Amino acid sequence: MTEDAVETKPRGRSWRDVDLRAVAPFAALALLLIVGALVNPNFIGLNNLANVATRSAFIAIIAVGATFVISAGDLDLSVGSMVAFVASIMILFMNSGVIADPALMLAAAVVLTVVIGAACGLANGLITTVGKIEPFIATLGTMGIYRGLTTWLSQGGAITLREPELQALYRPAYFGYIFGVPVPIVVIFAVTAVAAFILYRMRYGRHVVAVGSNSDVARYSGIPVNRVRTIAFVIQGLCVAIAVLLYVPRLGSTSATTGILWELQAITAVVVGGTALKGGAGRVWGTICGAFILELVGNIMLLSNFISEYLIGAIQGAIIIIAMLVQRSLVRKS
Amino acid sequence: MNPQAADGAPVVLAARRISKSFSGVQVLFSVNFELRAGEIHALMGENGAGKSTLVKILSGFEQPTSGEILLDGQPVKLPPNGQAEALGIVIIHQEFNLAEHLTVTESLFLGREVTRYGVLDRKFMRAETRRVLDQLGSHVDEMAQISSLSIADKQMVEIAKAISRDARIIFMDEPTAVLSREETNFLFRQVRKLREQGTSFVFVSHKLDEVMELTDRVTVLRDGQWVKTAPTSILDGESIAQLMVGRELSSLYPAKQEPSVDEEVALSVEGLSTNYVKDASFEVRKGEILGFSGLIGSGRTELMEAVAGLRPRLSGEVCVRGESVPSGDVHAANRVGIAYMTKDRKHKGLLLNSRMTANLTLQSLDKHGQYGYLSPKSEAGALERARRRFDIRVRDGRVVAGRMSGGNQQKLLLAKVMETEPDVIIIDEPTRGIDVGTKQQIYHFISALARDGKSIVVVSSEMPEIIGLCTRVAVMREGRIVGILEGEEISEQEIMRYSAGLKKKSAA
Repeated sequence: MTEDAVETKPRGRSWRDVDLRAVAPFAALALLLIVGALVNPNFIGLNNLANVATRSAFIAIIAVGATFVISAGDLDLSVGSMVAFVASIMILFMNSGVIADPALMLAAAVVLTVVIGAACGLANGLITTVGKIEPFIATLGTMGIYRGLTTWLSQGGAITLREPELQALYRPAYFGYIFGVPVPIVVIFAVTAVAAFILYRMRYGRHVVAVGSNSDVARYSGIPVNRVRTIAFVIQGLCVAIAVLLYVPRLGSTSATTGILWELQAITAVVVGGTALKGGAGRVWGTICGAFILELVGNIMLLSNFISEYLIGAIQGAIIIIAMLVQRSLVRKS
Repeated sequence: MNPQAADGAPVVLAARRISKSFSGVQVLFSVNFELRAGEIHALMGENGAGKSTLVKILSGFEQPTSGEILLDGQPVKLPPNGQAEALGIVIIHQEFNLAEHLTVTESLFLGREVTRYGVLDRKFMRAETRRVLDQLGSHVDEMAQISSLSIADKQMVEIAKAISRDARIIFMDEPTAVLSREETNFLFRQVRKLREQGTSFVFVSHKLDEVMELTDRVTVLRDGQWVKTAPTSILDGESIAQLMVGRELSSLYPAKQEPSVDEEVALSVEGLSTNYVKDASFEVRKGEILGFSGLIGSGRTELMEAVAGLRPRLSGEVCVRGESVPSGDVHAANRVGIAYMTKDRKHKGLLLNSRMTANLTLQSLDKHGQYGYLSPKSEAGALERARRRFDIRVRDGRVVAGRMSGGNQQKLLLAKVMETEPDVIIIDEPTRGIDVGTKQQIYHFISALARDGKSIVVVSSEMPEIIGLCTRVAVMREGRIVGILEGEEISEQEIMRYSAGLKKKSAA
C-alpha cells in the first residue's frame, strides 16, 4: 500500500489532461475554416459566416435536444417529421383567425407550438419508457405518424400563412437582429447556454449522464430512470418547437416534405460534436460545433465548384461515419 | 485419494517461472506449477492471490509476461481465446459458457458440427452425446434445452463437452460453489472416474474440506507468489489456511462489539417474500452487525434488494424504527435511512467512465444545491472529506472510476452509499476482489460505523469474514432463512450445516 502514496493537492492543468474527444470537433471546425478560406476568399467574410450560422440554426437547436436524448442512451428519429407536424399546426392555428388581435394571436400561437412540441416529445418518451419499446422502433413509428398527420393536414400540398399582418409582425423572428446579431444566432447561443447549464450544473443533467452511461447504476442509486429518459424526450420536443418558431417566419409555409432527413443531420451534429452514441457523455457545445461543421461543408461545396452541391447529402452521410471512426480511435488511445 | 497413480506419473503441463503484469502491476511473481497425468491438483489462495491469473495463463487466455509453459515437456505458446482446447486443455468457468437456447446436443457439437453430404447429421450427434452422458452417468436428456437445466446439470454438460473434445487437462474454477452436497458428491465421483482414465484436473476452490476429500496434491499461492506444493495427504485444513494467509488471521478483524439486548430495533423485516425469497423475517438492532451467510443462489441478494426497495416484494413488512417502508421504492427506502451497497460495483455500483465526484454524489445530489442546481464547491468538499474518511488513495482526483484499483473503487462505493447518511446499511460482499490490506481497512470502517450506532447487515460468501465481523449470523438456503446463529454457534462448520440443509431451526 505504501507505494500507492498519494498527492492530495491537485496538480495544475497540463496539456495531457485535455480530453481529445472534447477538442476534436473544434479542431475540425478550425480546419474547415482554413480550407474554406483557401477555396474562396469570400468564404471567410463575416457576412458569409453569419449566413452559414443562421442557416444552421434549425439543425443546431434540434441537435441540442438530441444531445439530451442521446446522452440518456436513447435516440429520437422523429424530429424531422415533428418539425413539419408542429409547424403545420402552428400555421393552421394562425390561419384560423380565432383571435382577432395579431399580437395576441401570435403570442397564443407561440404558446401552442411549445405545448404541441412538448406533447410530441412526451409521447415519444412514454412510448419508449412505459411501453418498453426500443427508442429506435418507437420513434420510427412516431416519425411515420407525425409525417402522415402533416401530409393529411396539408392534403399533400403546402400550408401557407395567409394573414399579411401576422407575417409582417412575425418576420423579424428570423430576419431581425439583436445588437447587430441575427436573431437565429442569438437563439442558438441562448438555447445552448441553457442546455449546457442544465447538463453540467444541474441535478437533472447528472441524472441524464448516469442513466446513459449505466442505467443499472442509476437505478441502484435511486434515480428515477424512466422519468429522466422521458424528460429528455420532452426537452427534445421543446427544442423542436423552438426550431419551428424560427422556421415558420422564414418561409411562412410548410409542406409534407418539410424537415425530411433532419433527424439524420441532428444525430450527425451530436456525434460529430463528441457525444457518445451509446450514451453517457453529453457535449452540448460540441453539438453546436457539429451543426456548424455540417452547414460549413455544404457552404464550401457551394462556393468551390469542385464538387456538385447535389452530393451534399452523400458528404453529410460520410461525415457521420468518419466522426464515428475518429471517436472510436480516440477512445482506444485514451 | 489415489496418490499411487499420480506419484511418478509424467508431468503433462508445467509452468516455469511464470510472471505476469497487468498495466504495470505485477500479479504473479515467478510462479512454478506442475500437473501430472491423472492427478487432481488443488490450486488455493486468497482472493487476489493470483489463482485465476495462473489458470488463465495455463489455458492460453492470457500470455505470461515472462517464463515458459511446457506441454508434455515441450515448451509451447498456448493459443489465445480458448483455442488451447484443440490441445486438450479446457476450462470450465464458474459462469458457464453455454448458449441458453441451444439443446444439449447442439452445445456439445457447437463449432464442430458433424455433417453428411453437407447436411447436419443429427442422428449421429445425438447418439454420440448420449454416449458421453452415459459414460458420465448423467441422466440429462440430450435433447433438453440448456435453459431448462439445473446448474448442476449445466456443469455436467460442460464436463461432457470437455470429454467429447478429448480434454486431457481440465481446469475447474470453484465448481462446487453453486452445488448442493449430493450434486457435489456426484461431481466428485465423475471427476475420480475420469482421473482413472488419465485425465488431469486443476481444482480451484476455497472449500478446504472438499480439497482434502478430492485432491491428490495442493499448490498454494499467496500475493502472486508460489508458497508450497505438497501431497494433500500430509496436509490438513489448518495448515493449508496458514499457508494461504501467511499470518495470524485474528488481526484482520476489529474486536467485536455486541450491542446491549435492550437496544432499539432499527430494521425489522417480517414475512418478506419475493418470487424467490420465502417468508424471511429478521431484525437488526442499533449498533449491530448482522451477517447473512449461505451458498450462492440462496437468495441473500434478492432479499436485501427487496428490503432496499430495488425489487418488489410479494408480501411482508419492512420497518425502520417502526416506520413502514413501501415495496419497490428505492427513494422511500433511502428516505427512511436504508442504504444498500451492491456486490457488483462495476455494473451496478459505479459509473466507470465518470470521475470520483460524479460517482460519490450521485445518490445524494439533493445535498449539493437548491432547485436542482449543483454547487461544484459543495461537491468538491464532499469528495475531499470522503477521500480522507475512507482513505481513497489516487494520484489524481480527476481520474475516472474505471481506472482505479478494486480496493479504491470499493472504498468509493462505500463512501457513495454513506453520503446518503443512512442508519441501516446493507453491504453485499464488502470485500469481493480486493487485496487483503484494503479488506482489513473495510472491516474497520464497518466496525466503526456500528460503534457510531449504525445498524449493519453484511452479506458475504466468505465465511471467515462473516465469522470475524458479525455478532449474529443468519443463514439462508433456497430462499429461506434457515437459522440465525449467535455467540458460540457462529462457526464455519455450523454455518455450513445450515446452508447445506443438514440443520434447520425456525428463524428468530
